[in-house]
Amino acid sequence: MSIYEYNGSALIAMAGKECVAIASDTRFGVRNQTVWREAQKIFQINNKTFLGLGGLNTDIWTLKETFRFHHNLYALREERDMSPKVFANLVSHVLYSHRFGPYFVSPIVCGLDDDNVPFLCGTDEIGAQEITHDFIATGTAVESLMGVCETFYKENLEPEDLFETISQCLLAGVDRDCLSGWGAVVHVLTKDGITTRKLKMRQD
Amino acid sequence: MENYEQSFNYENCLRNEELTKQGYEKKKQRKTGTTIAGIIFKDGVVLGADTRATEGYIVADGNCEKIHRISDYIYCCGAGTSADTENTTALISSKLELMRLTTGREPRVQNALTLLKQYLYHYHGYVSAALVLGGVDFKGPHLHMIHPHGSTSTLPFLTMGSGSLAAMAVFEAEYKTDLDEESAKNLVHKAITAGIFNDLGSGGNVDLCVMKFQNTQFFRNFDKPNKRKFSRINAYRFPKGTTQFLEEKVTLLRKNLVIENLDKNNNNNDNDNNDNNDNNDL
Amino acid sequence: MQLIQQSKQESLPKSKEINQPQFFPYTNNQGSCLGICGEKFAVLATDTRMSMGYSIVTRNATKYLKLTDKCVLVSSGMQADIETLHKILKARLTIYQNQHQKPMSTPAISHLLSRTLYYRRFFPLYTFNVLGGIDEDGKGCVFSYDAIGTLERVRYSASGSGSALIEPILDNQVGFKNRGDITDKTGFLEEDEVVELAKDTLTSTCERDIFTGDFVHIFVVNENGVREEKFELRFD
Repeated sequence: MSIYEYNGSALIAMAGKECVAIASDTRFGVRNQTVWREAQKIFQINNKTFLGLGGLNTDIWTLKETFRFHHNLYALREERDMSPKVFANLVSHVLYSHRFGPYFVSPIVCGLDDDNVPFLCGTDEIGAQEITHDFIATGTAVESLMGVCETFYKENLEPEDLFETISQCLLAGVDRDCLSGWGAVVHVLTKDGITTRKLKMRQD
Repeated sequence: MENYEQSFNYENCLRNEELTKQGYEKKKQRKTGTTIAGIIFKDGVVLGADTRATEGYIVADGNCEKIHRISDYIYCCGAGTSADTENTTALISSKLELMRLTTGREPRVQNALTLLKQYLYHYHGYVSAALVLGGVDFKGPHLHMIHPHGSTSTLPFLTMGSGSLAAMAVFEAEYKTDLDEESAKNLVHKAITAGIFNDLGSGGNVDLCVMKFQNTQFFRNFDKPNKRKFSRINAYRFPKGTTQFLEEKVTLLRKNLVIENLDKNNNNNDNDNNDNNDNNDL
Repeated sequence: MQLIQQSKQESLPKSKEINQPQFFPYTNNQGSCLGICGEKFAVLATDTRMSMGYSIVTRNATKYLKLTDKCVLVSSGMQADIETLHKILKARLTIYQNQHQKPMSTPAISHLLSRTLYYRRFFPLYTFNVLGGIDEDGKGCVFSYDAIGTLERVRYSASGSGSALIEPILDNQVGFKNRGDITDKTGFLEEDEVVELAKDTLTSTCERDIFTGDFVHIFVVNENGVREEKFELRFD
């Protein structure tokens, strides 16, 4: 068994027209046993950046705090927030500095840059960046999620349509994975604000 | 000798070793199961690469960039673990840039080669970057390959990565000395295409980089032989209400205040009730 | 350290035995196949790539078998076993035809396949099958199997290297799972819709699964017989 399957996770980020959406399941399990159904795997870094972390839960929280620390230090020093691109580089750098003793996480960073252009970036556990313009999926359900995203994704979706597409992708993918599910949360980020929705779904 | 020990953090190693002992397998890191190639032609060097990055058997990125810039006239193709190739080339790139600024001279290819091989040799192959380094300096065109352990070889045409055999087959059959630019580009293109089609680890598009003295042209997606052939128009529309949700929370961002604009008529919108600019979550 | 204690109970065998020659009877030649049934038809599809490791053996492998005018089998897994299985089934169907002077019905074939696979319970044929067609009442049917003959009649099924990618798509589009906009969740899609869906699903799959590609054979089984279509995927 891989250490990534210890807690289980499923995450997707998608780009729309001047908006991005990020979604995750909310299961926290210990192997095959579900312990908690309201685990947080998506963290808001600033008004225009979200971070999703899949993988080993203990590392998720350690890294989330590390990133928050670095971000806040930057914000204090520079008197501005990190752009998603800069934050993705931070994530990548922190992970690669642990090249030979990695944290077991698979992060995705999404957000809107200064011109409200969507930015999506995923990395592996040692910080190899993958910047895309459509979608990123990660977690234990990555195969199922990749299949649905590749099929259902369309370019330039409006926020409401993007919500429907990302939700359907997540629900379809997660229902075929034993280690994720048990609730899902979707954030849609536009230039005006953030809409957060908790989805109604199977609890098995 | 430089001290590389400052660059990596080993604090998780003991824990991870313990987890491995308990039977938790290591995850496959993102690899660029790759075809990369380079040749020397009459006036310079041509480098080529495919654009597929795989994680296990899944394509993680179908259009990634495997030709990295070292300096204006030196480029480097990377195969192996993609984090390693990206970071190694970026590190050497910044070292050479500092060197360029302190000496006021363009870095030589030999310079990049020495820095890369010393760095890789220091890590005994654990930094798994297999590189094809090419560039043109005042001494002429240079082409080298660097293995993960730090050994290097200098050849007029070379290939690396999982598709190297397919690409080398093309080179062995068709390479000639003193090719002109156009046929050199075509030959590398053909070699990379052979890798793309015959090796499952390679795929996607062809990137090319042509370097001549004081003149570099980078052709991102020089050829796209694998466009999607079929997609359903007007399908998969999910009308509003398709997904049922239990809770909804809308957080509006405060309008950005424009300091210079003191006209009061423009400030009417600043009274949103849901103002939430402080990140309470954090 | 609960994490460590718990795992110790289930830790893997540690002793590494001395290397000795071993018998590896199986290889996986990968590939994906799928089956979707409609009200009065069934659509089956399989790609034609056969690979070993990271290299392509052939871009034109035959992984399907037209059993009768009402029944088609698509398989993935080990090509040698697929061909063996198809040969066995073909022979059994010929015997049945000669004995009964009529072709075997699709549900009967589904059981024959299940038995054929379970017969090799302890040295299985390394094949993952999807069988489909129309039954005696003219209704569409798809049967899903594992390598040792578990049999289930389903509305849609996928198997092979890309099955993890295909299944959730079919869940959403054919099974209408999690779809608040669809009230009748037992409804069937039209024939041309299903063919389009099968094409698009496999096109999407081969974008992400390195073992799926080259061509797709699509079979539409309805009351008029079996219609075959060949369709192009990526070659990389």
